[in-house]
Amino acid sequence: MGATSAIIAMSERYGVEGVDDIEVYEQHGGYEGLRRALEMEPTEIIDAVKDAGVRGRGGAGFPTGLKWSFVAQGTGKPIYIVCNADEGEPGTFKDRPLMENDPHQLVEGMIVGGLAINSVQGYISLRGEFRHAGRLLSKAIAQAYEKGYLGADVMGSGKRFDLTLHRAAGAYICGEETALLDSLEGKRGQPRLRPPFPAAKGLYSCPTTVNNVESIAAVPFILRHCVDWWTQWGTEKSTGPKLVGVSGDVANPGNYEVPMGIPMRELIEIAGGMKEGHELKFFCPGGSSTPLLPAEAIDADYTYEAVIEAGSMLGTGAVMIYSDQRCVVDAVLGWTRFYEHESCGKCTPCREGGYWLAQVLQRIETGSGTLADLDLLQEVCDNIFGRSFCALGDALTSPIVAGLEHFREEFEAHVREGRCPLGVTPPRDDIPTLAVRARDHGNAQVPSFTAEPAGQA
Amino acid sequence: MDQDDLVTFTIDGQEISVPKGTLIIRAAEQLGTIIPRFCDHPLLDPVGACRQCIVEVEGMPKPMMACTTTVMPDKAIKTHLTSEMARKGQEGTLELLLVNHPLDCPMCDKGGECPLQDQALKHGANTSRFVDQKRRFDKPVAVSPQILLDRERCVLCARCTRFSEQISGDPFIELFERGALEQVAIYEDEPYESYFSGNVIQICPVGALTSTSYRFKARPFDVVTTPSVCDHCSAGCSLTVQSRRGEIQRSLARTNMAVNEAWNCDKGRFGFTHLTDAQRITEPQLRGEDGALRPASWAEALLHITAAVHASRETGAGRVAVVAGARLADEDAYLVAKYTRTVLATDDLDHRTRFAPAVETEELSALIGRETASYADVEAAPVIVVAGLDPEEEVPILHLRLHKAWRQSKARIVVVGPHLGTLADLAWRRVPTAPGGEAAALLALIEGRNEVSDALRAEGAPAVLVGERAGAGSLTAGAALAAAVDGHVAYVPRRAGARGAIEAGLAAGLLPGGRRLADDEDRAAVEEVWHTELPTEPGRDLHAILADAAAGRIDVLHLIGVDLARDAASTELARAALAKVPTVICQDLAATGTVTAHADVVLPVTGRQERAGSSTNWEGRTQRFARAVDGPDLVQQDWEIVVQLAALLGHDLGVNDLEGIRAEMARLGRRSAPHAWPTVPAPTAPDPGQGRFVAVARPLLLDRGTMLAGATDLLATARPARVELNAHDAEEHGIADGDLVAVVAGTARLELVAEVRRDLVPGVVVLPANSTDEPAGALADRDGELVVTLERLADADDADAATRAPAGEVA
Repeated sequence: MGATSAIIAMSERYGVEGVDDIEVYEQHGGYEGLRRALEMEPTEIIDAVKDAGVRGRGGAGFPTGLKWSFVAQGTGKPIYIVCNADEGEPGTFKDRPLMENDPHQLVEGMIVGGLAINSVQGYISLRGEFRHAGRLLSKAIAQAYEKGYLGADVMGSGKRFDLTLHRAAGAYICGEETALLDSLEGKRGQPRLRPPFPAAKGLYSCPTTVNNVESIAAVPFILRHCVDWWTQWGTEKSTGPKLVGVSGDVANPGNYEVPMGIPMRELIEIAGGMKEGHELKFFCPGGSSTPLLPAEAIDADYTYEAVIEAGSMLGTGAVMIYSDQRCVVDAVLGWTRFYEHESCGKCTPCREGGYWLAQVLQRIETGSGTLADLDLLQEVCDNIFGRSFCALGDALTSPIVAGLEHFREEFEAHVREGRCPLGVTPPRDDIPTLAVRARDHGNAQVPSFTAEPAGQA
Repeated sequence: MDQDDLVTFTIDGQEISVPKGTLIIRAAEQLGTIIPRFCDHPLLDPVGACRQCIVEVEGMPKPMMACTTTVMPDKAIKTHLTSEMARKGQEGTLELLLVNHPLDCPMCDKGGECPLQDQALKHGANTSRFVDQKRRFDKPVAVSPQILLDRERCVLCARCTRFSEQISGDPFIELFERGALEQVAIYEDEPYESYFSGNVIQICPVGALTSTSYRFKARPFDVVTTPSVCDHCSAGCSLTVQSRRGEIQRSLARTNMAVNEAWNCDKGRFGFTHLTDAQRITEPQLRGEDGALRPASWAEALLHITAAVHASRETGAGRVAVVAGARLADEDAYLVAKYTRTVLATDDLDHRTRFAPAVETEELSALIGRETASYADVEAAPVIVVAGLDPEEEVPILHLRLHKAWRQSKARIVVVGPHLGTLADLAWRRVPTAPGGEAAALLALIEGRNEVSDALRAEGAPAVLVGERAGAGSLTAGAALAAAVDGHVAYVPRRAGARGAIEAGLAAGLLPGGRRLADDEDRAAVEEVWHTELPTEPGRDLHAILADAAAGRIDVLHLIGVDLARDAASTELARAALAKVPTVICQDLAATGTVTAHADVVLPVTGRQERAGSSTNWEGRTQRFARAVDGPDLVQQDWEIVVQLAALLGHDLGVNDLEGIRAEMARLGRRSAPHAWPTVPAPTAPDPGQGRFVAVARPLLLDRGTMLAGATDLLATARPARVELNAHDAEEHGIADGDLVAVVAGTARLELVAEVRRDLVPGVVVLPANSTDEPAGALADRDGELVVTLERLADADDADAATRAPAGEVA
């Protein structure tokens, strides 16, 4: 992060030498937000977050202040605040840099969030692979305890807040908030039936809020700088600065901070423009779950509302840029394999649909598809969308449906020519699918109906 | 129901009102509309996994799942019958469900009764568009000795895993992996040893979980289906018995919401092989001069008996006694009671294998005709007191109700007695007592100033469940406690015919319908129907019969469905008695130890599934069962044998069919008002002496019982025989968990692996009643008292090697 970012707001301490130490963090405005929060009533904190118009940065864009106001108060049960630091959406890299560059920012945000909803216990559910972020957060939490920011008496206020770092076992589904809660409780990570919603019955059946890293980290800034500071950027419905990861066929792929509301074409400019000799063909505005858009849509503004207007979603701040040298079928196949692999298995449409679609796409990409397969893709997607247990099933269909919508001709060309017209994927039949992986699981046998179970011979 | 609690809306245009919170799928059932489903089960928590039950709800843009969506007022709900969206959605899900299904219906055990097959035909497309590769797994996998898993057929509805977690409370089976590789599996280090595992076979909506013993046996449309009632314990579970060409193929739980809901235990499900086992007695036998049993005709056998009875009468009165195991059908129990009193003219009669305390006759007569606890009362009770009973081992379906009350309404379970047994996980509080101290402890709860008493006195009707092992007067004390807290008491004996035997008066001093022999009015009422004069003095119970027999004062001992040499409280006394009695008559299903070693006359009888009859469960609920198969050619029903014996002895019992017996039972009825409860006797404090233990003999569900013969797969899941002892005592005697110890009394000894627990009172050990070569009764003295010493033989590692019996060896 640095010179090329459009703005410096939440990334102000990125690159500051030693900012993972609490003293350095304090010298750079750290824990001032918390100091302000302790002077406020919990509802005032929530009101500030509402006034700032912070929308959830984890993908769905639900207003953070509103979410906090839903948390059931006075039930006699403990209230939990959980940070979803399980950043796993393909193309997304904005939470990990935040935690690695400025770990105390998240710790402070968790304390402030805890105060806002009267929680005395917070959990950071960190993606297990983020070892370095985990080390830094552990240290930050320990230092915050030493300095009295965490514990039985937060900064002498008489209020308690404890914070626990949980290194999650890792699965994309555990980014879904109820699956995350199950996983935090030590169960298999699978989404829960709603209602009850976490705000009423979440972690251990107690009122709980689950928020994204960036959403939580934003709150101390708002309290420290005031609401107007935050709303100087963006539009009425999409406020504030935004951390984005621009990847793909751009000259300088990387993590940048931008104001909400700029045209998306500027995101490419910030990342140094398209790679030399490459021309924009399509892009994903916010991770693999957001439908891909053709090049024409790049002039839409980077706001929640404008991206929806353009036919996609703002998602997780993962802007993936694809040039004219990329095969759309190959890209869609890659995402589909990801969803096939990450489906938790709970519901039929996502579990079986992903398995099926990956095989059909593989056939098309390697030149053995039929025109009927294109309709089949669409119909299977129709049978998944809106019928799966959680949003993972819907997400599975979005690259395929969007790919067919904008690039049907390219799909047809694969069938017509019996190969990938761009030559991205040579005709082949060795792509590992689940069917093959099942064999790798030590179950490599033809059904043996005659075999008797152990002890029955 | 209050109008405010009802929600009115339409399904496919039909208006309906149902209670608030009802799921759409349940409401539609009330209109006769069956929305296709796989994961939904009315007794399991909704999960919404299969996504089959798609419906269209007015105002909702997305398809809704009928199994997880509750009804909403004034909404128009459309099912597949009227909604194109619902119909297409359901077709789409079915197509997806079949993507990885092997479609091997022709060779699948579920074929013909498979929800996937049925619904694919009814709601699915004709052809599959799936031309790619299906995932493959090894199959079948034996997840337990009696259950085979085919992961390729599985639709991952999670019914089995939810059953084990939510209903039986022993989650040994779980879903593993994810995506299309998600699969049902068991843990590496914990075998799937549940007493209720067979239910997952029955609720599996595909052929993923199938039965080892029923594998490739029959098709549902090839079997004859008969409604029956289980005879393995006093639970009274409704069963479906299915036979083909006169042979039982399998038993299933039959839905009876008042009793077993939709479940049964594995013993009830798989335990029918004793009927065709090699041990089964198929013809009358007489013991010859050479001491060996030889086949005989019925006439020969019966005349042998009448001759023995006549001969004993020459010697004097009181030389004939009858002991009937608590296994008889109600009608048979009644007729045996009548035969003993009117034909044999004696009251020397018992149905128990325990040596019952004297007060029990009065207690049992006081029980009959009272409003006692039912399954529904147990389920609704805020506090459940359990004394002298280990429900999971003795009456498993009652255990499921306790678990349901515990899980759904947070019922507080209080265990009174020397140990918790299998209630350890559910118990809220325990009231520890020495064996025999239960009655006093129950009485103390009435006026108690403690949290248990406070809970009992709080809102709601508690249930007090008293089992057979609770000490003298416990039933009376339990009744007093229940009365004091506006609750319900129940007596929960173990054996299927126990309650029927009590109702029939199958014990010395006890007459049918809760009457007492010592009561003139009661006696007169029975005499009027039986047209005979009854003895006025109460006769001998089992203990007295055996003691007198051993002393040579009994000539004829008629045993009906009871293996005294193994099951009597004192095997020493029983064997001495059996050896001494000149004529031992065994009327039984199987060649038990008593039959082979002691019987002089053997009379073969029908099993439950081979005849019609009635059975009364612990609640006092009488249910009829029908004949499912013919037994062996020469077997007769117990009542038929008794009628013939009576005739040969010159008496007419006045009945010659089941209807006649039932009519007479109805005519006699119960006593107009139940007898008052007796006085609770003072507890006898056992004092085993220094270094000695009082032993409690608790039967395990799967043990060496006669009615488990041949059930190899079932017995392979039997829990290992252990001697349970208190951690404190263990330390004092240098015994560690897993050590091999000898349990010694006099010259008798049992070698068992020690299980050190914290829930036993000091000075007490718990033994399996009938899971070892010699039963626990072999350690008892002639009064049935179990006082033992422990000797450590080997430490855990050696014990493991020495005693780890391969599964199934208990048989």
